[in-house]
Amino acid sequence: MSKILIIAEHADGKLNAGLSKVLAAAQKIGGEIDVAVLATDGASVAAEAATLAGVTRVLQIDNANNAHPIAVVLAPQIVELAGRGYSHILFPGTTTGKDVAPRVAAKLGVPQVSDVMAVHSATSFDRPIYAGNAILTVEAPAGVVVATVRLASFTAVAAGNSAAVEKVSVSAAAPAGTRFVSIQAAKADRPDLQSAARVVSGGRALGSSENFSIIYKLADKIGAGVGASRAAVDSGYVPNDMQVGQTGKIIAPELYFAIGISGAIQHLAGIKDARTIVAINKDPEAPIFEVADIGLVGDLFTVVPELEGKL
Amino acid sequence: MKVLVSVKRVVDYNVRIQIKPDGSGVVTDGVKHSMNPFDEIAMEEAVRLKEKGKVTEIIAVTLGGAKGEETLRTALAFGADRAIHVKEEGEIQPLTAARALAAIFKKEGAQILFTGKQAIDDDANQTAQMTAALLDLPQATFASKVELDGTKAQVTREIDAGLETLEVDLPAVISADLRLNEPRYLKLPDIMKAKKKTIEAVSFADLGVEAAASLKTIKTTPPPTRSKGVMVKTVDELVSALKAKGLV
Ligand SMILES: Cc1cc2nc3c(=O)[nH]c(=O)nc-3n(C[C@H](O)[C@H](O)[C@H](O)COP(=O)(O)OP(=O)(O)OC[C@H]3O[C@@H](n4cnc5c(N)ncnc54)[C@H](O)[C@@H]3O)c2cc1C
Ligand SMILES: Nc1ncnc2c1ncn2[C@@H]1O[C@H](COP(=O)(O)O)[C@@H](O)[C@H]1O
Repeated sequence: MSKILIIAEHADGKLNAGLSKVLAAAQKIGGEIDVAVLATDGASVAAEAATLAGVTRVLQIDNANNAHPIAVVLAPQIVELAGRGYSHILFPGTTTGKDVAPRVAAKLGVPQVSDVMAVHSATSFDRPIYAGNAILTVEAPAGVVVATVRLASFTAVAAGNSAAVEKVSVSAAAPAGTRFVSIQAAKADRPDLQSAARVVSGGRALGSSENFSIIYKLADKIGAGVGASRAAVDSGYVPNDMQVGQTGKIIAPELYFAIGISGAIQHLAGIKDARTIVAINKDPEAPIFEVADIGLVGDLFTVVPELEGKL
Repeated sequence: MKVLVSVKRVVDYNVRIQIKPDGSGVVTDGVKHSMNPFDEIAMEEAVRLKEKGKVTEIIAVTLGGAKGEETLRTALAFGADRAIHVKEEGEIQPLTAARALAAIFKKEGAQILFTGKQAIDDDANQTAQMTAALLDLPQATFASKVELDGTKAQVTREIDAGLETLEVDLPAVISADLRLNEPRYLKLPDIMKAKKKTIEAVSFADLGVEAAASLKTIKTTPPPTRSKGVMVKTVDELVSALKAKGLV
């Protein structure tokens, strides 16, 4: 039977919602599921994790070195935990998960499965390649399975559990040579892009950061998170953490608005799992209309304010 | 300071890929290939550091079949001083690539390995982190800014929450994200000059590297397609369509 360890992500004493989706993937594998919280004081995060369905036990690893999720610091601790007989070590497919997981896999001498989007068995998984334009079904070799889970592919498990929390200490020393300097985080006054049920994204067509207010207004009207194409981020209209796509965030909202976005394959890679895609573009030939459920050809500068007024 | 840059030959990002009807893989024969876009950025960063006098030698490395030479010529045209071709046919997965890169890094006594954050064919996003692990070195992945200061580097990283800055002691591994720089347009004289630079061919055996256990591909399938929806003509129609679907 599988014995699964999931590495929980957290910030400011709060659990990242991605855990409940990784748990859904872990339940498909089946077996015992432990969640590791590596923090300086992980009590509140561990307590939150213990409420999620499917969790067998939560391991709370308090360590002064864990003030920031730095791969070189976390990896040796996770490798040490792996020694407790786990068959699988799963990470959320976030930037932190993607930073840490390969470091753990290499130390364990096993390949890593990136972006698991479906579970066929304890060792067989689907994962996207070529910006999601092909799906590989892979079989992991003997040994520990290390994987990141594509959050947009799984539905969050429910709460209502009360798993045991166990304090665990690790001896792994923090390697020298890597220092946290600073973080410039976006203010969280809008729904989080990766968990929002509705997302409104703007592209190059917005033309400036001032004009992006059109997008924010529509988003605020319907309680949506705000995203952007790479072109909008590169042009400096919005910060990097808003980029949606192959190399940005992969999202699966109920409702997605692509406004002034052409629909390059790299952008589509991030929105393929959206339930309904609405596209507004002045070019009737824009590729975004090939995948949109509802399309409207028009100038966003007149259409979007009108839409905002009528919703 | 010597730096290593890994450059992978991949299907060009503009190509609409086709899946073989028998599900055995993606069609790559007769398809335009180019240097992985993230590796162009890694290459450009190394060249800029050399132009600023912070780097003395740039060594480009590729792993793969004979055609990898084209990618190395591109790297040499960017400004790499020399190139190493780890010539191996067939698929090379990240852990194996990392073993070879680690071996070359050690042998060359390099101070920085620059890689792309991910190869746009396998989208694995693993090789930099694995190489750093095998070498027990600091890693700074998804870099959007790199500042070298003697024996240290300050690297700004694009993460889900925003931008994080780490300071790492060298030697270290750095993986490039899209906004690190905009790669230069290669000029004909540079492409000509690149033809004269040396490419050293080595094998895994030469490097003392064994292929790692790898993921076995069972099949390759197309993703579920989204069907084309409806076009509406006015904002009122759009609002009604959204209401009909219970979305607003
Ligand atoms: C390796 C790699 C990775 C990448 N990763 C990503 C990624 O993660 N995410 C991403 O988004 N891109 C990514 N890209 C970039 C991608 O290829 C496109 O360049 C980008 O998505 C284009 O952004 P855009 O649609 O905003 O701009 P454009 O392609 O310039 O489209 C602008 C659209 O706005 C429309 N328009 C103009 N004016 C108006 C108006 N007044 N009203 C209505 N419509 C208007 C135009 O008709 C056009 O369709 C990547 C590229 C590479 C090479
Ligand atoms: N076969 C290869 N040859 C050269 N570089 C590679 C190879 N495979 C991976 N890399 C490097 O590792 C980065 C990340 O690749 P991956 O982990 O496959 O997504 C790429 O951008 C390259 O810089």
